[in-house]
Amino acid sequence: MLNLFFNSVFIENMVFAYFFGMCSYIAVSKSVKTALGLGAAVTFVQVMTVPLNYLLQVHVLSPNVLGEGIDLGFLSFIIFIAVIAAFVQLVEMVVEKFSPSLYNQLGIFLPLIAVNCAIMGGSLFMQQRVGDTICSFGDSVVYGAGSGIGWWLAIVMMAAIREKIAYSHVPAALKGPGITFIITGLMGIAFMIFSGVKL
Amino acid sequence: MKLSKNFTNPLAANNPIIVQILGICSALAVTVKMEPALVMGLSVTFVAAFSNLIMSLLRNGVPSRIRIIVQLVVIATLVIVVDQFLKAFMYDVSKQLSVYVGLIITNCIVMGRVEAYALGNKPWDSFVDGVANGLGYAFILVLVAFFREFFGSGQLFGMQVLGDWYTPNSLMLFPPMALIIVGCIIWVHRSFNKDLQEK
Repeated sequence: MLNLFFNSVFIENMVFAYFFGMCSYIAVSKSVKTALGLGAAVTFVQVMTVPLNYLLQVHVLSPNVLGEGIDLGFLSFIIFIAVIAAFVQLVEMVVEKFSPSLYNQLGIFLPLIAVNCAIMGGSLFMQQRVGDTICSFGDSVVYGAGSGIGWWLAIVMMAAIREKIAYSHVPAALKGPGITFIITGLMGIAFMIFSGVKL
Repeated sequence: MKLSKNFTNPLAANNPIIVQILGICSALAVTVKMEPALVMGLSVTFVAAFSNLIMSLLRNGVPSRIRIIVQLVVIATLVIVVDQFLKAFMYDVSKQLSVYVGLIITNCIVMGRVEAYALGNKPWDSFVDGVANGLGYAFILVLVAFFREFFGSGQLFGMQVLGDWYTPNSLMLFPPMALIIVGCIIWVHRSFNKDLQEK
């Protein structure tokens, strides 16, 4: 499990290895504070939806679990996205009711998360790895947490670099998204040193 | 006149990937080779065009509060059609694209065009808008894939183009290089379009 966690945070980092959640990663990484908020929200939703979808995958969508010859695998996309959208809506309502101050901090990010590819991607990767590296409910929780934290780490690092880069002389045409892409690429190369590490 | 402008605009001047920075999530991972990149681009074009068409036809009947869920259901259904089609007729490519086909659902281009265009325009205009944005996306994908496959393995569409004298630069096949290439494309594009540069 420790290996799975380490693997999902560093080696198979959502951003550097798979480009998941790049849209909000580029758009929201302008200041460390907002990056922290969005990262926390993504990690939270990831920890909840990956295990939920794991249960659905194992008990409903896999071949022959609902009865001999029934295979609902083709429905997985629509079910996963429905779970994610419904969960995000639910979280939004609960947070708004019980913790208005947290809602004010996270509020604007929550609707964004439903269409964040990192969330959907986490569930789809979980589906691919059922029976391979993710064998139990506990594993899916660890995988959800690891991939969420990996994304969080990446966006906070990027935001910190972008705050500093405001003071340097970037060529005019590279300012904004251009330099962000290139820095992310360089960070990705740095993260490649983790490949092959096993705990 | 308006229609042709709608069509050419997303291809270059207002390209969804390099100008609006949308839909990068699934764009970069499939660009190791030309073939999956082309298939992915065409799949997104199909989904964007028909989700725009369907949502434009439904635009007066859907209350705005539940429109996100309706959009997700329409898009997810179209993506399932694409996924099943690829599995049936292009199994190898479907294996290479793996989870990224499912991620078309959360591709910001599709959602973004439905939100920004289809909900306020006539069906035929929306359809053309979807096709044009999909093709703009496909164009960047194929461009990135061209550089990565050409320099990374000396091939194009799986056929050897460069002779034995060329030592493949396998760094090009790693994920970070996709980011750096997109960064460079943005750089070149913005050097010619000075109005896009950030101050």
